[in-house]
Amino acid sequence: MEAKHRLEMKRISIEFPGVKALDNVNFNVKSGEIHALVGANGAGKSTLMKILGGAYGHYVGDIFFDGTKVDIRNPHDAKELGIDVVYQEVDIALIPYLSVAENIMLDKMANEMKGKHFIRWGNIHRSAREILKQVGIDLDTHTLVQDLSLAEKQMVLIARALATNTNFLVLDEPTAPLSQTETEELFRLMRDLAENQDVGVVFISHRLPEIFEVCETITILRDGQVVADATIDDMTQQKLVELMLGRRFEETYPKIRVPIGDVIFEVKNLIEEAGRVRNVSFSVRSGEIVGMTGLVGAGKTELCKTLFGAYPIKSGEVLLHGKSLTMRSPHAAVSQGVALVPEERRKEGILVDEPVFINLTLPSLDKFTRGPDFVNTRAERTIARQVIDELGIVTPSADQKVAYLSGGNQQKVAVGKWLIADAEIYIFDEPTKGVDVGAKRDIFELIGKLAKQGKGIIYASSEIPEILDISDRIYVMYDYAIVKEFETAEATEEEILFYSAGGQ
Amino acid sequence: MTAATETTNKKRLSGIIDFLSKWGTIITIFVLLAFFSIAMPSFRTPSNMVTIMRSISIVTVIATGITVSLTVDGFDLSVGSVATFTVALVMSFFVWYGWGTLPAIIVSLLIALIVAVVNSFLIVKLHIFDLLATLATMFIFEGVAMTYTGGGSISQGMPRLDGTPTTGAIPAGFRLVGQSPYIIIIMLVIVMLVHVFLSYTKHGRYLYIVGGNREAARLSGIPVNRYRTLAYFLSALLAGMGGIMLAARIGSAQINAGAGYLMPAVAAAFIGFSVAGVKKPNAIGTLVGAVLVGLLENGLIMMSVPYYSLNIIKGLVLAIALAITYYRKHD
Repeated sequence: MEAKHRLEMKRISIEFPGVKALDNVNFNVKSGEIHALVGANGAGKSTLMKILGGAYGHYVGDIFFDGTKVDIRNPHDAKELGIDVVYQEVDIALIPYLSVAENIMLDKMANEMKGKHFIRWGNIHRSAREILKQVGIDLDTHTLVQDLSLAEKQMVLIARALATNTNFLVLDEPTAPLSQTETEELFRLMRDLAENQDVGVVFISHRLPEIFEVCETITILRDGQVVADATIDDMTQQKLVELMLGRRFEETYPKIRVPIGDVIFEVKNLIEEAGRVRNVSFSVRSGEIVGMTGLVGAGKTELCKTLFGAYPIKSGEVLLHGKSLTMRSPHAAVSQGVALVPEERRKEGILVDEPVFINLTLPSLDKFTRGPDFVNTRAERTIARQVIDELGIVTPSADQKVAYLSGGNQQKVAVGKWLIADAEIYIFDEPTKGVDVGAKRDIFELIGKLAKQGKGIIYASSEIPEILDISDRIYVMYDYAIVKEFETAEATEEEILFYSAGGQ
Repeated sequence: MTAATETTNKKRLSGIIDFLSKWGTIITIFVLLAFFSIAMPSFRTPSNMVTIMRSISIVTVIATGITVSLTVDGFDLSVGSVATFTVALVMSFFVWYGWGTLPAIIVSLLIALIVAVVNSFLIVKLHIFDLLATLATMFIFEGVAMTYTGGGSISQGMPRLDGTPTTGAIPAGFRLVGQSPYIIIIMLVIVMLVHVFLSYTKHGRYLYIVGGNREAARLSGIPVNRYRTLAYFLSALLAGMGGIMLAARIGSAQINAGAGYLMPAVAAAFIGFSVAGVKKPNAIGTLVGAVLVGLLENGLIMMSVPYYSLNIIKGLVLAIALAITYYRKHD
């Protein structure tokens, strides 16, 4: 069958201060197919798709649409060609205090109201409902977007793309925050769009099984260049990882065994004020990595934040070395030896506009002052360079703005700042989210090292295989409470999933 | 034109914009100096240069207060009223109560910090937008100053509103604070202190970080609210200092004496953002901004532009400064 539309990107290159993000990249996609775009962090996937969506107008190279040369220099150009990109950060593109219908019809309202001044609400809601029905999503169009879950917000964005004529839909890591059922729902929608509506879907994901499940063709990027262009049948997971990393890679992460000591951190009947933590009790021993798992939305992030003093505690006790901690604020938590690497890296973990060294020394600036609180930037840079070496952070210098680092390297900065701070308890909230396999291994090694130093580690993640690889003990969360405890050696993925899903 | 030359041209253009946003202010200062000097020989006399520096002293000090509030991504509109309030207080201590210089200054500044208490309560505790909260306190303390003085003015020998005669005098030493070179030296010292505080101390670093990303700062263990409060205390303190200098300069308390300093101070602080490519609120930049505003005002007055038209020019300068600050942010 001849494809309705063909999109070809030829010899695309783009530079940012200090980095050549893409170098002579060719990328082709046809309507009616689901095309995977994979690569390690910093390989240039998002950059390539931002060019396609018109977000980066300063690229070099040619783009052809159905064989005709086109110029995509701004989002409007992309829209004209029916190219829609749903970016990772869904909240940026949505207006929280407007309804689902208004958000879906936003482009239409913005572009097709020339000469008209009154909104026909009936039409807006009817059209929005039709689109939602078309994609098989059950949502009330009157709901405010701020009340939706992350998965629903994504659906609204996809529906918005479909509200206008869409030939190509780019989904940049859409499944990262989604639960299992939500992911399946998304896949169903993607297949429906490709098969029945002849849309070309570009799918970016770090989860390899997903790619094999849903995609037909695949393009692999490494360091800003294309290393493979193939149909999925010619690819295996092992081969894919090798191509992505450019080296052979063992799939599992060997756990570093360290002697486990006495209980150093204890949580007793912890209840958060707004009910975001419900009567949670658990303990962490020195040198122990405690896995905190559960589905997305089970309350892991909320627990992490409460343990860090970022959410108010209603009742219960948190003890470190048998001493009760006062958790009024993150400031109090940090000064008592608790560190948190938060989930939302760019929003909460790092300061993108500041250089690497300022980010790294931020929680422990007191160690780098002399006289009456004067900052010793030379000492800061020295320690920053040590951490950069130790964690293998790829950056031209300690003075580089963090914004210019790749996702994996940004995450290493978010972790690195707590190494200098030298805490007793380290809480990691989804530390491998949106991080490539190489950086993931580095982060695992680092966590192992911390355990070896006798620190207590709480590792929260919904990636069960990861938890099984790295932890000594596992707590399963469901509906803001701990429902099950496992010794990792005795746990299986199936069992954990069973309890995560609310099984009893 | 090929795509490659197009990109180089674009690069060149953005390079020029970059250069102008970094050095445009300083270039403008020199262009203005040259222009006014050629147009009017009396402009370039040393005494006129001193006049300009003296005239910007109060604006600069008040502007450093705004600068500090800007570091935490806040905005203190109440600085003008703080200055007015401080003028009223210090004058009442001299004229009504016959206090000495030092106690009068210290007590006035301490009382002026009440504005900071109210500001930080409204902003940090009640979560009102900085601009709106300080707009409210601006009016409140303008009113407080007028109510306290019974109409706004106090001068030596003037009886109080209820007819009580006053005997206190304004000390000669205090008046010196308002004379050059002292007023200029005080300004330079304050600018240097604020600069060192913001650029070289832990607290300055934290203020900028809080302004850059409040949530990330909080989750890094920085007591965010404490630093936002600190910023408003410092801005009130600096505005109070401006008020003291103003009182010494005019030797009496006048209705809304400080109000006129708000606009040029805001302009100076925003012009200061981009000076030398700092891209952050900073004390030295603010001084440069104040020099630019002062130069323009002085030169235009000497060229017989009526004072009532000056606001048009000052407003335009503020608009341009804001344009330079915000234009690049949209890329």
